[in-house]
Amino acid sequence: MSLPKRIIKETERLVAEPVPGINAVPHDDNLRYFDVTIHGPAQSPYEGGIFRLELFLPEDYPMTPPKIRFLTKIYHPNIDKLGRICLDVLKGNWSPALQIRTILLSIQALLGAPNPDDPLANDVAQRWKEDEPAAIQTARDWTRTHAMV
Amino acid sequence: MSSDDEFMSDQMSDDAYGDDDDSLGEEFDEDDDQDFDDGKEDKPSRKAYEVDFKVFSDEQIRKSQQSQVEEVSSILGLPGEQCAILLRHFKWQKDRLIEKYMDGGEEVLEEAGLGQSYDTLPRLEKVRGFACDICCDDERGLDTYAMKCNHRYCVNCFRQYLESKIKDEGEATRIQCPSEGCSRIVDSKTVDLLVPAEVDNRYKELLNRTYVDDRPNLRWCPAPNCEYAVDCAVRPAQLHTIVPSVSCRCGHNFCFGCGFSEHQPCPCSLVKKWLKKCEDDSETANWISANTKECPKCISTIEKNGGCNHMTCRKCKHEFCWVCMGPWQEHGTSWYNCNRFEEKSGSEARDQQAKSRASLERYLHYYNRYANHDHSAKLDKDLYVKTEKKMTTLQSSSGMSWIEVQYLEAASKVLQQCRQTLKWTYAFAFYLERNNITYIFEDNQKDLEMAVEQLSELFEKPTDQLANAKKEMMDKTAYVNNRRIIVLEYTATGLAAENWKFTVDLK
Ligand SMILES: [Zn+2]
Ligand SMILES: [Zn+2]
Ligand SMILES: [Zn+2]
Ligand SMILES: [Zn+2]
Ligand SMILES: [Zn+2]
Repeated sequence: MSLPKRIIKETERLVAEPVPGINAVPHDDNLRYFDVTIHGPAQSPYEGGIFRLELFLPEDYPMTPPKIRFLTKIYHPNIDKLGRICLDVLKGNWSPALQIRTILLSIQALLGAPNPDDPLANDVAQRWKEDEPAAIQTARDWTRTHAMV
Repeated sequence: MSSDDEFMSDQMSDDAYGDDDDSLGEEFDEDDDQDFDDGKEDKPSRKAYEVDFKVFSDEQIRKSQQSQVEEVSSILGLPGEQCAILLRHFKWQKDRLIEKYMDGGEEVLEEAGLGQSYDTLPRLEKVRGFACDICCDDERGLDTYAMKCNHRYCVNCFRQYLESKIKDEGEATRIQCPSEGCSRIVDSKTVDLLVPAEVDNRYKELLNRTYVDDRPNLRWCPAPNCEYAVDCAVRPAQLHTIVPSVSCRCGHNFCFGCGFSEHQPCPCSLVKKWLKKCEDDSETANWISANTKECPKCISTIEKNGGCNHMTCRKCKHEFCWVCMGPWQEHGTSWYNCNRFEEKSGSEARDQQAKSRASLERYLHYYNRYANHDHSAKLDKDLYVKTEKKMTTLQSSSGMSWIEVQYLEAASKVLQQCRQTLKWTYAFAFYLERNNITYIFEDNQKDLEMAVEQLSELFEKPTDQLANAKKEMMDKTAYVNNRRIIVLEYTATGLAAENWKFTVDLK
């Protein structure tokens, strides 16, 4: 099956005008499947870490959002143990006019601004609310252990 | 206890339809609707436990929306499509919309996702040098579409977008422009233009659904595949003084307050508490509602197969009551003592352990009777299925006509309904504080229960005896129905006057 024009264009653009701190490369044998890395934003507990994610464009993309999850372990109130992400634009607020690059930017922004009031990982969010400095320290430790090679 | 999900029909559905005046009346154009005539008969004054209500079809609901849209459209001088969106945005509070619009039209339009005014019919356009942001197609001659916000996409993408919103997400009133961050709501003219008929129908259906959901005076009949909605003026704040049972034209009786199967005389909040309690305590209570028991005399196992509680042991012929296991002879007289829980004496209850045991016993007493009527209703229903066969047999063996054997069906329906009522009287009684009016209630309950068991027993007669029992059965049916009315009337009057004292807060 041929790849829709939209996906070809997006992929071309990701290569031609890369976003700083974000890298997305499609697999040779499956052009809907992307290896993604995101650099932890400066001044966040994830600073210095390089996080690996997988991204898949489903059959009805862009009518439905891309499927995306963290492969690198991360301590974050909106990301659960399996790396799934709680982000409005990946669910109800998805618009077919959004793109891979905008989604990845939103995820990077989420790393810079965790939102424990809209949690996916409940225990992490709980801790984040009760003892923020300790939670941030754990996030830093995890970044050092899992996201720095 | 799944008989709540089953749908019991109502032998009184015709007189249960409400009178003319009500909140929706003016909105419905009833003249051209023959469907509804059967609901407008003059009827004797309403009983204390009855509420006024009307049943409306899908089509009538649709028309009512349309006429309101047209009315607002003529007042505000805006196109109908726009008024429809505005009305939905204002949850169909017409007056509030008009008032707000008069105060500041632009602001209201903006808030409802309409942006600047629009007046032309939507249409497809071919635009020179256009490239679709969604599919990236830039072929020449591509059909494109944009709403007033001017976010233009190719017609295929727009259609796919709408289809996925409508079919997959079940969205109708809140579909926004596909452009990210644009809050403009897609209007139904746009949907009409872009999607195939089948999706458009689904869209209209969804619009209808939300219309009813948005109106406090309307509720869809919860029966599966039923397309009627009921209009009733009872509001949530009144539910501690009234139990609004309504009956849909499909035959399903349900509570307008909570949508649950009818549960008079028990107020909605008690129903919720009771069901929660039964769920929590089901482990302890399960053994009680088991289907088999032992004969109190010869200890052989007995299975209950009809709804009647008058049991006769096949082996030793001992007659006893299924509920209390006491001898049946005592039940036929005024000593019938199966519905009232004898409160334990104070001295015994002083001991904390005895107290909690007494409280469990108390619960089990009521639960046992509640579950028993629930279970019996199911068995009675099975009997009803057999009744149909009996009716056919009766017709051929006794030469009775179809009309003449209808008494069996009527009796069966009354039986179902009374079981349902009895069941809920026990949940009601569980939360009742004891005082003088409680005793009157329990006497009424006992009378109904006794009459119901007698009627249920008649049903178990062999077919050849049924024809002879016609008069007896009809009399008993009328009597049972009357007892039910007395129970409901008494409880409803007390609720309305807030005379009942409950052990929990009703609000
Ligand atoms: Zn397109
Ligand atoms: Zn737009
Ligand atoms: Zn119905
Ligand atoms: Zn209710
Ligand atoms: Zn026996």
